[in-house]
Amino acid sequence: MADVIAAPGQLSGGGTQEQKNYLNETKGIASWLFTVDHKRIGIMYLWAVLASFFIGGVFALLVRLELLTPKETIMSAEAYNRVFTLHGAVMVFLFIIPSIPAALGNFVLPLMLGAKDVAFPRLNLASFWIYAIGAIFAVTAMVTGGVDTGWTFYTPYSTTTSGAVSTMTFAAFILGFSSIFTGINFIATIHKLRAPGMSWYKMPLFCWSMYATSIIQVLATPVLGITLLLLIMERAFQIGIFDAKLGGDPVLFQHFFWFYSHPAVYIMILPGMAIISEIIPVFSRKTIFGYKAIAFSSVAIALVGFFVWGHHMFVSGQSVLAGAIFSFLTFLVAIPSAIKVFNWLTTMYKGQISLKTPMLYALSFLLLFAIGGLTGVFLGALSVNVHLHDTYFVVAHFHYVMMGGTVIAFLGGLHYWWPKMFGRMFNERVGAIACALVFIGFNVTFLTQFVLGSQGMPRRYYNYLDQFQPLHAFSTFGSWILGLGLLIAAVNLFSTFRKKPDAPRNPWGAATLEWQTDTPPITHNFHHTPTIDHGPYDYFPGQRKHA
Amino acid sequence: MNWLRSVMLPAEGSSYAREVDTLYLFLVWLSVFFFVLIAGLMGWFVWRYRKSRSRGGPTPYITHHTGLELVWSVIPLLILIGIFFWGFHGFIKANVAPGDALEIQVTGKKWLWTFEYPNGTRSINSIHVPVGRPVKLVMSSEDVIHSFFIPSFRVKQDVLPNRYTELWFDPVKPGVHQVFCAEYCGKSHSDMMAKIYVDDQAAYEKWLEEGDEELKKMPLPELGKLIYETRGCNTCHSIDGTPGQGPSFKGIWGQQHKFADGSTAVVDANYIRKSVLEPQAQVRAGYEPIMPTFQGLLREREILAVIEYIKSLR
Repeated sequence: MADVIAAPGQLSGGGTQEQKNYLNETKGIASWLFTVDHKRIGIMYLWAVLASFFIGGVFALLVRLELLTPKETIMSAEAYNRVFTLHGAVMVFLFIIPSIPAALGNFVLPLMLGAKDVAFPRLNLASFWIYAIGAIFAVTAMVTGGVDTGWTFYTPYSTTTSGAVSTMTFAAFILGFSSIFTGINFIATIHKLRAPGMSWYKMPLFCWSMYATSIIQVLATPVLGITLLLLIMERAFQIGIFDAKLGGDPVLFQHFFWFYSHPAVYIMILPGMAIISEIIPVFSRKTIFGYKAIAFSSVAIALVGFFVWGHHMFVSGQSVLAGAIFSFLTFLVAIPSAIKVFNWLTTMYKGQISLKTPMLYALSFLLLFAIGGLTGVFLGALSVNVHLHDTYFVVAHFHYVMMGGTVIAFLGGLHYWWPKMFGRMFNERVGAIACALVFIGFNVTFLTQFVLGSQGMPRRYYNYLDQFQPLHAFSTFGSWILGLGLLIAAVNLFSTFRKKPDAPRNPWGAATLEWQTDTPPITHNFHHTPTIDHGPYDYFPGQRKHA
Repeated sequence: MNWLRSVMLPAEGSSYAREVDTLYLFLVWLSVFFFVLIAGLMGWFVWRYRKSRSRGGPTPYITHHTGLELVWSVIPLLILIGIFFWGFHGFIKANVAPGDALEIQVTGKKWLWTFEYPNGTRSINSIHVPVGRPVKLVMSSEDVIHSFFIPSFRVKQDVLPNRYTELWFDPVKPGVHQVFCAEYCGKSHSDMMAKIYVDDQAAYEKWLEEGDEELKKMPLPELGKLIYETRGCNTCHSIDGTPGQGPSFKGIWGQQHKFADGSTAVVDANYIRKSVLEPQAQVRAGYEPIMPTFQGLLREREILAVIEYIKSLR
C-alpha cells in the first residue's frame, strides 16, 4: 500500500475497461432480473427509485402549480387531493425509503466491507421483486380511482372515503416487506461479512448508519404492516378497530401509524447522514472527527426515535401528560443529530477542501439539514407546536429534513459513486450548476412556507385566503427552479452513457474499500479478499503510527 | 422584535397568544444564531482550508476531542430542556380553561361548523363571543376528524367523532378572527372555515337575541332542513315514509290526520306550529305522546322554516 492515497485525479487506474466487470459479464434481460449480484440489484433499484422520484416530482410540481392561485388553477379539488396524496405516498414508500439503502447501499455496502456480496443474495433479489410487486399495486391504485386520504391514511376518513384506498395501503404493506428484507440482509452482512481485520470501529461510518437504519426497518415496519392490514379489514369487513361508529378509536390509528412512521423518518434520514459521513472527509482529505460520536449518534437516534411518535399528536386528543413526555423525548432525540453536524463541521477544520459536486451536495445538506433540525425545535416545543401543527410550517420542516436532508444526500451519493457504478465521469461544472439551482430553488420553495405556516396557512388546502397568495406564488416559482436543477443534474449524469468509460479506479482519492477495486467492480467485487491496514478515513496512512 | 412578529405571525387576538409568540420569537433568534454559527464556520473552513491554498503534505490527524464533544452535547441539551419547560408551561395554560368560561358547543361535519349557545341559539360558520370573558368550546364531530384552528388566538384542537375535546381562549378586544379546519377532511376541507366575532357586551346580547346572519339569509325550506337535521327532529321523524318513534314527514302536507282521542285535522301551517310548540295537544293515533315541546327553543322564523320544509317533502 502506498504511503499516500492518491489525491483526486492523480491515480489513473482506468484503462481496465476491456476487462470483465459486473455490467458486461453476462448479458440479456434475464441476467439482470434473476441476478443475485448485490451490485446489479442495487442498479435495478436505482432505476426504479429514480422513476418513482420522477413521478413523485411531477406530482409535486402539479401541486405547486395548482397552488399558484386560490381556487381552481389547473385542477379540481378532488384531483388536487389525489395528487398531493400520491406525491406523498410515492415519495415516501417508493422513493425515499428504498432510495439510499436499497439502491446505493446495496451497491456500496458489501464493497465497503470487503465482502463478495450481501449475506443473503436471494433474499436481496426477493426484496427487489417484492418492491416491484408493491409498485405495481401502487400504480394500480393510481389508475383505478386514485386515493385522496393523504399519505397518512388517517381514519375514519380513510375507512369511509371512496377510491382505491385498500389497494394503495396494500401496496405500502407489500413494500414494507422489501424494506424489512433489505434491513435483515444488511444487519447480517455487517455482522458476518466484514473483511479480515475490519473491526466495528474500522467500518466506514456509512455502515454504522446503515446498521442503525436496518434495526429500525426490521423492528418498526411490521407495525405499519399490521396497521395497514387492520385498515383494509376495517374497510372490507367493518371490524370496528378504528371507526368510532363501530366502537373503534380513530386516534388509535394515529398511534399505530406514527409508531412506525416516526421511526420511518429516521429510516429516511440516517442513510442521508451515512453518505455525508463519507463525502465530507474524502473532499476535506482529512480523517473524520469524532468517529465514535457519529457512530453512536446513529444508534442513539435509532433507539430514542422509537419513543417520540406522540409528537405528531399534541392536538389529537391524547393526554396532556403524554404530550409532555413525548415533547421531552423529542428534544432528547435532537441531540445526536446536533452532535453529528458539529463533528462533520470540525472534520473540515484544517482540511484540504475541494468543492467537487458531491461535496457541494454535502455542504448543501449541512445547511438545509441545520434549518430542518432547528425548525424541528419549534415543533417539539408544546405551546408553539399547537399553533404550527398541520400548517405549512410543518410541510416546510419535513421537506427540509426529507428533501433538503435525505434527497440532497442521495444526490450527493449518486454523484459520488456514479463513476464507480458505471465507470464514467460526469461534467463537474454542469454538476455544480445543477447543485446550485437545486439549492436555490429548494430554499425559495420551502423557506417561504415557514412564513406561510407561521401566519396560519393550514396544509392540504386546495383553496386559500387571498392574503396568502403572494407567498404561495413565490413558492411555486421556486419549485420551477428546483425542477430545472434536478433536470440538469439528470441530463448531466445520463449523458455520461454517450461516451466511453473514463473513470479511474479512485477518482476522489477515497480510502474506503469500494474505491480500491476495479471501476466498475468485477462481479465478485475483489480479486483477492482485501485486508485492512488503515482506517476508512486515513488518507495519509503513515500518519497514524506517529500520531 | 415587533417587526418580526408582524411579518411572521397573525395579529394577537388573545392574551394567551403573547406567551406563544415570545417563545416563537426566541426560537427564531436561537435558530438564526446556530445557523449563522454553522454556516459561518462552514464558509470559513471552505475558504481558509481550500485545496488550492494548501501546500500539499498531509492534513493533521485529529480523531476526536472529548471536551468539544461534551460542549456541543451538553450546552444544546440544557437549552433544549429549558425550551421544553417553556413550551410545557404554555401548553398547560392552553389546556386548562378557567372555571367561569362561557361554554359553547361546537360540531364539525363535512364541511361546516355549527355552534350552539347555552340558551339554545345556534349558528353556522360564525360565532359571536363577548370581549373580556374566557370562552370554552366543547367540540365533537359527526363524521371524520376535523381540527378547530384559530391562528390569531394560537390555539388548535382536533375534533373527534367519538369523544369531546375542548379548547378555550380569552379574546382581548373586539374584532373578527379566522377559523380554519386544520385536519384534512376531504373535498371541501379548505373551505371549512368559520369566523369568530368578538363583540362588546351590548352587541353580543343583541346578536344572541336576533340570531345568526347566515341563518337569517337562508331560504326557508333550506333552513327547515337544517333544523330538521340539527335539532333532533330526524331521530323520530323520517323523511322517506318509514314510521319511527313519530310519524314520517313524507307527503303529510294536506293529509287528514286521526288523533288518539278520535278527532281529526288536516296537516297545515297551524297544525304543524301547534305540534311543535304543544306536541301533547294532538297526538296522532298509533303513536306515544313522547315528543318534547320546542317552546322557546325555536324562533318564529325557524318554525316557519320547518313548515316550509315539511311542505316541500312531497
